[in-house]
Amino acid sequence: MYLSIVTTHSPATDLGFLLMKHPDRAHDVELSFGRGTVFFPQAEAGRCEAALILDLDPVALVRGRGGAEGVADQYVNDRPYAASSFLSVALNKAFRTAMTGVSRERPELAATAIPLEIVVAPLPAPRGGDLLERLFAPLGWTVEARRIEGADGPSRYVELRLAGTLRLADALGHLYVLIPVMDADKHYWVGDDEVEKLVAKGGAWLAAHPERETIARRFLKNRRSLARAALARLAPEAESEDGPEDERAPPREEALEAPLRLHDRRLDAVVGLLKEAGARSVADLGCGEGRLLQRLVKERGFERVIGLDASIRALERARERLKRDRAGVPSMERLSLLHGALTYRDARWADVDAVALVEVIEHLDADRLPTLVEIVFAAARPKTVIVTTPNAEYNALFDSLPAGAFRHPDHRFEWSRAQFHDWARAIAEGHGYSVAFSGIGEEHPDLGPVTQVAVFSR
Amino acid sequence: MNAPLPTLLDIPDFCLVVLIGATGAGKSSFASRWFKPTEVISSDYCRGLVCDDESDQSASADAFALVAAIAEKRLKNRRLTVIDATNVRAADRKSWVELARRWHALPVAIVVDPGLDVCIQRNKARPDRDFGPGVPQRMIQEIHRGLRGLANEGFRQIWKLSSVQTIEAAAVERRPMWTDKRDDTGPFDVIGDVHGCLDELRLLVAALGYVVEGEGDAVAVSAPHGRKLVFVGDLVDRGPDVPGVLRIAMAAQEAGVAYVVQGNHDRKLSRWLEGRKVTVGHGLQESIDQLAQEQAEFRERAKTFLADLRSHYWLDGGKLAVAHAGLKEEMIGRGSPAVREFALFGETTGETDEFGLPVRLDWAANFRGSSAVVYGHTPTPDAEWVNNTICVDTGCVFGGKLTALQWPERELVEVPAARIYCEPARPLAPTPETRALQAEADRLLDHADVSGRRWIDTTLLRRIPIAEENAAAALEAMSRFALAPQWLVYLPPTMSPVETSARDGFLERPEEAFAFFRERGQREVVLEEKHMGSRAVVALCRDADVARRRFGVLSGESGQIWTRSGRAFFADGAECEALLARLRAACDSARLWETLATDWLLFDAEIMPWSAKASALIEQQYAPVAAASSIGLALAHAAAARAAARGVPVEALRDRLAIRAEKAARYGEAWKPYVWPVRSLDDLRVAPFHLLASEGATHFDKDHLWHMSIAETLAATGAQNVTTTRWRRLALDDTAACEEATRWWEELTEAGGEGMVVKPQDFIARGAKGLIQPALKVRGPEYLRIIYGPEYDLPEHLARLRQRGLGAKRTNALREFALGHEALTRFTAGAPLRKTHECVFAILALESEPIDPRL
Repeated sequence: MYLSIVTTHSPATDLGFLLMKHPDRAHDVELSFGRGTVFFPQAEAGRCEAALILDLDPVALVRGRGGAEGVADQYVNDRPYAASSFLSVALNKAFRTAMTGVSRERPELAATAIPLEIVVAPLPAPRGGDLLERLFAPLGWTVEARRIEGADGPSRYVELRLAGTLRLADALGHLYVLIPVMDADKHYWVGDDEVEKLVAKGGAWLAAHPERETIARRFLKNRRSLARAALARLAPEAESEDGPEDERAPPREEALEAPLRLHDRRLDAVVGLLKEAGARSVADLGCGEGRLLQRLVKERGFERVIGLDASIRALERARERLKRDRAGVPSMERLSLLHGALTYRDARWADVDAVALVEVIEHLDADRLPTLVEIVFAAARPKTVIVTTPNAEYNALFDSLPAGAFRHPDHRFEWSRAQFHDWARAIAEGHGYSVAFSGIGEEHPDLGPVTQVAVFSR
Repeated sequence: MNAPLPTLLDIPDFCLVVLIGATGAGKSSFASRWFKPTEVISSDYCRGLVCDDESDQSASADAFALVAAIAEKRLKNRRLTVIDATNVRAADRKSWVELARRWHALPVAIVVDPGLDVCIQRNKARPDRDFGPGVPQRMIQEIHRGLRGLANEGFRQIWKLSSVQTIEAAAVERRPMWTDKRDDTGPFDVIGDVHGCLDELRLLVAALGYVVEGEGDAVAVSAPHGRKLVFVGDLVDRGPDVPGVLRIAMAAQEAGVAYVVQGNHDRKLSRWLEGRKVTVGHGLQESIDQLAQEQAEFRERAKTFLADLRSHYWLDGGKLAVAHAGLKEEMIGRGSPAVREFALFGETTGETDEFGLPVRLDWAANFRGSSAVVYGHTPTPDAEWVNNTICVDTGCVFGGKLTALQWPERELVEVPAARIYCEPARPLAPTPETRALQAEADRLLDHADVSGRRWIDTTLLRRIPIAEENAAAALEAMSRFALAPQWLVYLPPTMSPVETSARDGFLERPEEAFAFFRERGQREVVLEEKHMGSRAVVALCRDADVARRRFGVLSGESGQIWTRSGRAFFADGAECEALLARLRAACDSARLWETLATDWLLFDAEIMPWSAKASALIEQQYAPVAAASSIGLALAHAAAARAAARGVPVEALRDRLAIRAEKAARYGEAWKPYVWPVRSLDDLRVAPFHLLASEGATHFDKDHLWHMSIAETLAATGAQNVTTTRWRRLALDDTAACEEATRWWEELTEAGGEGMVVKPQDFIARGAKGLIQPALKVRGPEYLRIIYGPEYDLPEHLARLRQRGLGAKRTNALREFALGHEALTRFTAGAPLRKTHECVFAILALESEPIDPRL
């Protein structure tokens, strides 16, 4: 990665004094993850240019800092080459004094805004959008970003050129904070004291920055729990499902349905149906992050509440969510969270009165669905089974959803009312249940409700 | 006074012995004389265990709970158990009888009664028994009151030792249970329900090689090569010649060449012969009428024969159990009324179906025992294995056929019925075929069979442990992303790279692979070009019917192709079917179906191009590295060059940046050979390199010359999409040949190839220290650049990359190989799905271990 700082303030060679580096020498910067070099490609009175070059140790990088965390990405990656948090650390190490705005030789100059040009390359930047502009322009920079071409078209990097008249210390502070903000990847060196560092380096300008929340969030994001490392090796997409939010569209389903507050209504409706059925023990199969469980444990009528999910990550979140709620809910022992899959018969929940399958069946491949049916309706045979699933007909009303697309990338199918009813009736007939259909959410006269519901009972 | 005759206590080697005797009677010393210390559970000792004081009566409740718990575990493990407590009251003994019943152990009572005086004296001699004579006296009275009732309490054997002398002189001798014939290793021919079908029986035993000579009561049966007949019962009723069938069975049993278990019809006839009141129905009248024609003497013989028949037999070292209506795992080799009941009638719900027949619970679908169970009772169109059980009643008397199962060959010999002798209540005709009985029984897999810490027994490596967290990771991957488990009968093992080379500029070289196998005693290896595509396992059936029958899938697919992690290779099922159709055509032309006598094949293959599956990886990971490294290093190099030009001492930095920039450029080129656009199926290349399995056989026993010849045969058909793997043999002791092989590798890799795989010529190779790595990969330097990064071969980087540890990778490679072999061994043997699935699941679990993915 490459960073250069140019000034045309006369005499430009004073840049050496400000940076405390002699323009005619090469200055090595020892870093825990490699080596940096500061040198001056040009040093004339009219124009002086300082360059910081990093030679990161790719071997040490993938060995990980302290081992485990590095393992999941123990592979070739762009870390040694892209401008990232490593560059910030190097900047701080190489120009520590300059960053504080102190200069022994030129104290007045250090306090003065001077014309500066800065180049950072390659800097990760999302295609489209104006994040760079939003980040740097409010700080007084003129921003120019040239997209770097890869072998097969535009890459994810830009060569960033900033021009402005600022104090050098401020310019360095901006780079220190905002380079990692641009980097969508995980910052393995981000430690617990990073919040303080951010505030310390950002100082006043960060507090006043219109994008301060974005900055804080992106600066601190992407710390992962070790527990998920094993899964990440097997199913990277499970990992990326809850990866960095702002690099991808927000989860489509939620975004589509958000204005309808649909999920809350869906869950309230399911709780109502379960109460109506007189269930005392309930298994929420595919409980996800436990939003239905949260409601169920608050109802005294449910003596036993079981949440089951295949995702360890989702269960971790459910546990957190329910723990937060613990105050005022004395009977947490009624609740158990189980790691399990809907494709395996499971004695741990088989004896419940009622089973809830809320927005679950559409996540199963069609050829696994009969297995779920067999497990629930033939093996466990609870008195009540509540199934909710998207009504595909209603999708036509979502403007942002292309025709034929599903509401969520992990959906394996979405059914019309007729398809759902056929499926449900066949189950009811084959397994001795009666079934009633209803809907949740706004109901369109022709296309039906947003979510369709089947309540099976026997 | 004469010494009393010594009493011989002749007890079964599996039973629950309940000692009965007052305090001081000498139970413990009697027990210690005749039983192992671990067999005897003493209430005193347990009292001590729970409260440190063997005489603290307040701890009795806990102590007895402990005695019961230990006894329960022992009985569960089929271990003879002795309850050493006073057990004076019937109420005390009741729970032991119940416990014995629960585990189908014979309850045996041994009353130890040396007389009151002896008891009092012995108690006096013991410091911890400071009670008066009243205690033993009351106990003895209580025991005497209960003696007569012991049989009614449920004790099947009652031994009374009523004096010091008898106690001293008594001897305990254990015998195997009557049903326990594990010593007899056969071989056996197990014959289904005969029901008086004498003609078919004669034809069947003749076909099996038995010779039946003589007529009437002089009939004699002799067996071929030490074989034995085993009848699953129901010899009588319904059919045309019940006496004739009985004569053969009796003669064979008397000659010591047959075992006969009792069927429900045999029992009913036996009760009728004993003069008991029975309802005559279900063909009993035929037996009665036919026996009326016989001499009284024959009827007498038949009566004894039928009455003495056993509930079941446990044979061949415990590998085989035969019972009329089947037997649950926990009943085999045990005895109780429940065992006899089950063996005679099976398990029914108490309801009847539309034909008025009892609705049976499908015990076989839930059977998990290690003994195979062969049974009859329920007529089925064909005998078919389900969970290591098989029903050989093929309804001969109803016009079906008479079936024998040969053991241990597991082959079926059948004789069709000459005619319908009796109209069945329920039609015998098979229901329109859906899938195999085993597949039906395998509809559901159980969470408990895959979760938690587990051990899998494999033939190649014995017991392989699976860590709980790895199983958890596999559960999510398996349930959310993998194919239906019915397809997923195999996953390829990971492969270790060769030992790291010390040669300048190289991480891997062929020389180390040759040395590896040479040191492990291999003379010949096979070198195969390593295709750079995506690993694929191909299950190819001749048609969707075969897929349904053999894999139990109801999806209508005629095969499947899956990746290393068990996912569908193609998101689009039609595309998969289209490729399968082309592969099928190749197998047709190569006549593989005929050659291997199979209608399905399982291939291990590589599908090219790499970009077909890995385009996301290239876009997200490799291409950005290329872009970032080339631009960053170019800018840095230019800046350093400018600085150097004006005299700043950065020449070394400049030159190093030039080298780094050149490596970055090479990186951008490294994967080019593995990338081409896939516009249609025509652009895909499939290189099969193992034919893993086909009907009834895995092909791990064939060497790689065979596997390569199959691959070449397929490619030679000129089939679209099928491509060959370049390969050669190498004799490791031929130095020149090794050098030549190294040059071959250099040429392959210089031309853009990934590298090669070196395998022992045998698929499964063993050395002095056991199983040897089945393959090592030797990758080329430019391919490794993709894996290790643009600058990996800078000397300072290479020096550290050489410090890679291969141990964990190799352990996993061997374990996964053994598990894959095990999965297919089980699958081809028709094992229940859960047995195959646990192996495949374990491979996926092992793959979640944190091992450097660059290896």
